[in-house]
Amino acid sequence: MASVPAEPLAAPRSLFGGRGRAGPAVGGALATAYLSLIVLIPLAAVVAESTHGGASGFWSAVTGAQAFAAMRFTVLVSLIVVAINVVTGTLIGWVLVRDEFPGKRFINALIDLPFALPTIVAGLVLLALYGPNGPAPFDIGFTRAAVALALLFVTLPFVVRSVQPVLMELDREMEEAASSLGARPRTIFARIVLPNLVPAIAAGAGLAFARALGEFGSVVLISGNIPFKTEVASVFLYGQIESDNQAGAAAVSVVLLVLSFVLLLFVSWISTRGQRRAG
Amino acid sequence: MNRTIPTATSLLVLALAVGLSACGGSGNSSGGGSTKLSLVAYSTPKEAYDAIIPAFEKTPAGKGVTFTQSYGASGDQAKSVLAGLPTDVVALSLEPDVTKLVKASLVAPTWQDATSTKGIVTHSVVVIAVRKGNPKHIKTWADLVKPGIQVLTPNPFTSGGARWNIMAAYGAQIEDGKTEAQANAYLQDLFKHVVVQDKAARDSLQSFASGKGDALISYENEAIAAQQAGQKIDYVIPDETIRIDNPIAATTAANAKAKAFVQYAVSTPAQKIFAAKGYRSVIPSLVDKTRFPDPPKEFDISKFGGWDAVMKKFFDPTSSVMQRVEKSLGVSTG
Repeated sequence: MASVPAEPLAAPRSLFGGRGRAGPAVGGALATAYLSLIVLIPLAAVVAESTHGGASGFWSAVTGAQAFAAMRFTVLVSLIVVAINVVTGTLIGWVLVRDEFPGKRFINALIDLPFALPTIVAGLVLLALYGPNGPAPFDIGFTRAAVALALLFVTLPFVVRSVQPVLMELDREMEEAASSLGARPRTIFARIVLPNLVPAIAAGAGLAFARALGEFGSVVLISGNIPFKTEVASVFLYGQIESDNQAGAAAVSVVLLVLSFVLLLFVSWISTRGQRRAG
Repeated sequence: MNRTIPTATSLLVLALAVGLSACGGSGNSSGGGSTKLSLVAYSTPKEAYDAIIPAFEKTPAGKGVTFTQSYGASGDQAKSVLAGLPTDVVALSLEPDVTKLVKASLVAPTWQDATSTKGIVTHSVVVIAVRKGNPKHIKTWADLVKPGIQVLTPNPFTSGGARWNIMAAYGAQIEDGKTEAQANAYLQDLFKHVVVQDKAARDSLQSFASGKGDALISYENEAIAAQQAGQKIDYVIPDETIRIDNPIAATTAANAKAKAFVQYAVSTPAQKIFAAKGYRSVIPSLVDKTRFPDPPKEFDISKFGGWDAVMKKFFDPTSSVMQRVEKSLGVSTG
């Protein structure tokens, strides 16, 4: 059953000349070289930089009170944002796939705009709307809630866009069968739809979390950057870099990188497990 | 399907090749007697340079000179130059950013001898910006730490320029006869009133404009620029405040035209443009005393032994006066 469209239907065995033996090797080498240039070498450089101060330097950089407070706040707010995204993103995805309403295409196109808008502009707009002088009846400018709001804005597309294609491919006959057997809509959702969506939701949530951990542009203005209160890790890092403490900044980034990586591995594990069950 | 992919790959390779050769070709386009100078500056004086550069190009020394300009946060600009951004003239917000370039031999150690103003192109002073009409009656440094007053100043670790603000607040206490310990205590007190620590001076103005806070520690030229842009703010020049010195320097790689531009920037025509944009001129006779009154107790960075000493004592990210002030914010709030 092809309920998860992760595998293209007729995947060529190798992109680079499927006939010759060298094909797969060339493809692999190219992919590795590209990944190295774009991702691996820069990340390795960050890790190398973080060791400049030695083990003790690394330790004191990441356990410094201000660094720790910034990281703790960033991780917590990212988790909250991801939790909200999981619910609202799935709902939005559902509505966009299953419901028909005027302006649906327009709304559908709107979802990706947070990716397109320069994040610093997003921060400015949110501040203008929900800040002290904004037209909104509340003022959350320069608070932790403002940080969450900015992160919600920039991470919105992840879960929606992961869930949408899976929902579109989902075999409606399963639900109809369950319905004809007397299952209630709630049961159908919980027992049939949701299990199929879990890998996609997890993938979207993982990306959203990683993005939230590293987000800078949209939060730097609206957070107020008060140490121990609203200062996020990326802004703390920026301060260390501007004060010529590159090694300290790199050390904190390494911790964030490891956190993201562990989470993305976990997500990937959930996805493959989910796919095996669904497939 | 298998046929189209090699085509796409070769197209990609072709595109890369064309892109690379285009990069190679555009590197040195200074033929035909014209000179291209690269100005790397902090963001505030952009409007002034937008007027100064065309004026320079009309002078005999500036004949045939064209400019590429780059603006950004002073510290970031210094980093870009260190990382290899081709640069002929740097105009930064404070001396330590030039010192970084001197250490890398990108600027001559004697750069301060290049002009009669010791390498300084503009002055300003640290001021306290307030809401129009000054509803909270903020006039002195002491007024900033009164109960309920909310203050904005950029984070001194992310913003090089914010270090002027800190040294103004600290120096004012010393000017008033306080001890160093009392002045440190004032900074701690002040930062309990700081409700937003933006990453840069411009961001702070933005936050202040958004309605946050009663007072914004800023530079006189920034406050004037904000007023010129129509923002409803007033500003107070405290009796005790620091004189801000913004440096300019030609790099060691620069040619005679770059040095001529540095000279032009401190000459009367350019200084008049700076004055119009809110800066205090480095030529004393050009400073309009009604618009730019002398603070009775003005001091400069030499009061604290110069920037090298100040950076170490106040702004070291791992152990310094301001590091302890920031840390104390965590202690008081849990």
